[in-house]
Amino acid sequence: MNRVTPPPHAESVTDASPLLAARDVSLERGGRVILDHVSVQVRPAEVTVVIGPNGAGKTSLLRVLLGLWKPGQGKVERRRGLRIGYMPQRLQIEPVLPLSVRRFLTLRQRAPEAELRERLERVGVPHLLHKPVQSLSGGEMQRVLLARALLNRPNLLVLDEPAQGVDIVGQGEVFKLIDDIRHETGCGVLMVSHDLHLVMAGADAVICLNQHVCCTGRPEEVSRHPEYQRLFPETDMQGIGVYKHDHDHVHDLGGEVHEHHAGCGHGHRPGPGGGSR
Amino acid sequence: MMDGLLDDFLIRALLAGLMVAAVAGPLGAFVVWRRMAYFGDTVSHSALLGVALGVLLGLNLNLMVTIVCVAIAILLVLLQRRQELASDTLLGILAHSSLSLGIVAVTFIEGLRVDLMAYLFGDILAVGTNDLMSIAIGGGVALLLLILLWRPLLALTVHEELAQVEGVPVLLVRLGLMLLIALVIAAAMQVVGVLLITALMIIPAASARRFANTPEQMAILAAVIGMLAVGAGLWGSFQYDTPTGPTIVVAAMLGFILVHLLPARLIPHFGGR
Repeated sequence: MNRVTPPPHAESVTDASPLLAARDVSLERGGRVILDHVSVQVRPAEVTVVIGPNGAGKTSLLRVLLGLWKPGQGKVERRRGLRIGYMPQRLQIEPVLPLSVRRFLTLRQRAPEAELRERLERVGVPHLLHKPVQSLSGGEMQRVLLARALLNRPNLLVLDEPAQGVDIVGQGEVFKLIDDIRHETGCGVLMVSHDLHLVMAGADAVICLNQHVCCTGRPEEVSRHPEYQRLFPETDMQGIGVYKHDHDHVHDLGGEVHEHHAGCGHGHRPGPGGGSR
Repeated sequence: MMDGLLDDFLIRALLAGLMVAAVAGPLGAFVVWRRMAYFGDTVSHSALLGVALGVLLGLNLNLMVTIVCVAIAILLVLLQRRQELASDTLLGILAHSSLSLGIVAVTFIEGLRVDLMAYLFGDILAVGTNDLMSIAIGGGVALLLLILLWRPLLALTVHEELAQVEGVPVLLVRLGLMLLIALVIAAAMQVVGVLLITALMIIPAASARRFANTPEQMAILAAVIGMLAVGAGLWGSFQYDTPTGPTIVVAAMLGFILVHLLPARLIPHFGGR
C-alpha cells in the first residue's frame, strides 16, 4: 500500500448523498437558544461554508456536527466510513509543555518521518518539523494544523475559522491552500468563517446562519438574498468578489435557495419541501 | 538479609520516598501542563477525611484515602461544569472545608491516638514494612496506569476537542487521571503529608522543564529530580534534626532555584525531539 500520496476522490463524485448532515437540530445552552431547527448538509467534494454574525451559533453547529455536543433535538447523520480531519479555531500550547511539531503531528497516530515531512511540505512549512510548537507564528500554526488534519486522509475537512490570527496576505494563502488541497484529494470541506470576502469566493455552498438557517445556496445567490443583505449590510457583490472557478460538476440542487423566506424572522421552520435538503 | 536491611528505618524511609517521587514526578508534569496545581492541592487536602473515614469504618486507610480523593475529584469536576462559581472559588471552598472537616473528624474519633502533624506534614521515618508494601502497590499501579494513559492524556492536554474528534475517550481518560492523582496522594501522604503533596509533584516537574525537549524527557527528569530531593531532604533532616517532609520540599525548592539560576549555556539539553 502506498501511503505517501493521498488517494484521489475517496468517494465517488456521482454519489451525492451527504457526508454529514444535521436534521432539524436545536440546541439550548444556559437557557439560551443557540440553534433553532437547523438543517444543513455537507456534500462530498464540495466546499460548504457556514457564515453568520458573531454569536450566530456557527461554532456550536460545528460542535454538534462533529459529535462534541449532543443536540437537544434533531439528529446528526454521518456517512459510514467518514474520516474527519479537524482543524480547531485556535491552538495555544502551554510553554511549559516541551513539544516539537513532529511530536504534535504524531500525538494520535504514529507516522513515518518522510510522510510528516511531505505533509508539511504540502502546506509550505517543511522546515518546521523539529521546531517547538510554541515558537510558531499564527500563520505557521494554522499550516501545521492543516497538515495534521490531512494526516489521517480525511474525506471531510472541518475547519473552524481557519485564517484566524493570520494577517491579510496570509489569509488569502491559507484559503488558496485549502482550495488546492480539496481539488487534489477530492475531500469535502466544511468551513466556518465570518470572513465573507475570502471565504465566499471559494465556496460551492454557503449556509447563512443566525441561530436558524437564514438562507443557503451558491455564494452569488446567498449574497443577493435579502436576509443576507440585512445581516451584512456593508457588503455588496463587488466587495465579496465572488469568483467563478471551473466546476467539473453541476449544481443540480440550485433551486434550494429559499427566496420565499424573504422576510424570515426567528423561529421559522423550513416549509415542506423548502428545507435545505 | 532483606528483612534485616528493611529493619533499618532510614532505609525504609528512603525507599518509600524514592518510590513516591518516581511516580509523583511524571504525574506532576501533567499537573503542571494542565494547570491543575490547585486542583491537586484540593484533592490532597481531602485525604485527611479519608483517614478519618477509614478509622471509623475499620477499613484500610490507603484504600479509603484513594476512594475519598477520587470522590472529591469527581465532585469538583461536576461542580465546575455548573459554572455558577468561578473555579478558584470552588477549589478554595472544597480544599479548606475538606481539610477542616478531616481534622475535626480525626479529633472526634475516640480512643484514636492520631498524630495530626504526621498526617499534615508526613512522617516518613515511621514508615513500616507494611506501609512500604502499600506504597509499592499503590505507586506501581499508578505508574502502570500513567504509562497506559500516556498518549491519550497527552493528546487531551494539547487540545481536548481535537483529541475527542480523533477518537480519544475523553471522559474515561479524565477519570483515569483522577484515579492516578488519588493513588499518588494516598502513597505520598506518609512521606510529605497532605499539605505538601502537591509540592512533590510540581516542583520537580517545573525544574525538569529547563532540560527537557520532549514530554517524556520532562516526566523522567521530574522523577529523577524528585528522587534527588527525597535523598537530599532525608539527609538534611537527619543532619539538622528537622521535620523530614518539609525538609524534602525545601530541598526540591533549592534545586528549583539552582536550576533557574544556571545560565542558559550551562543547561545541558537532551537530544531527541
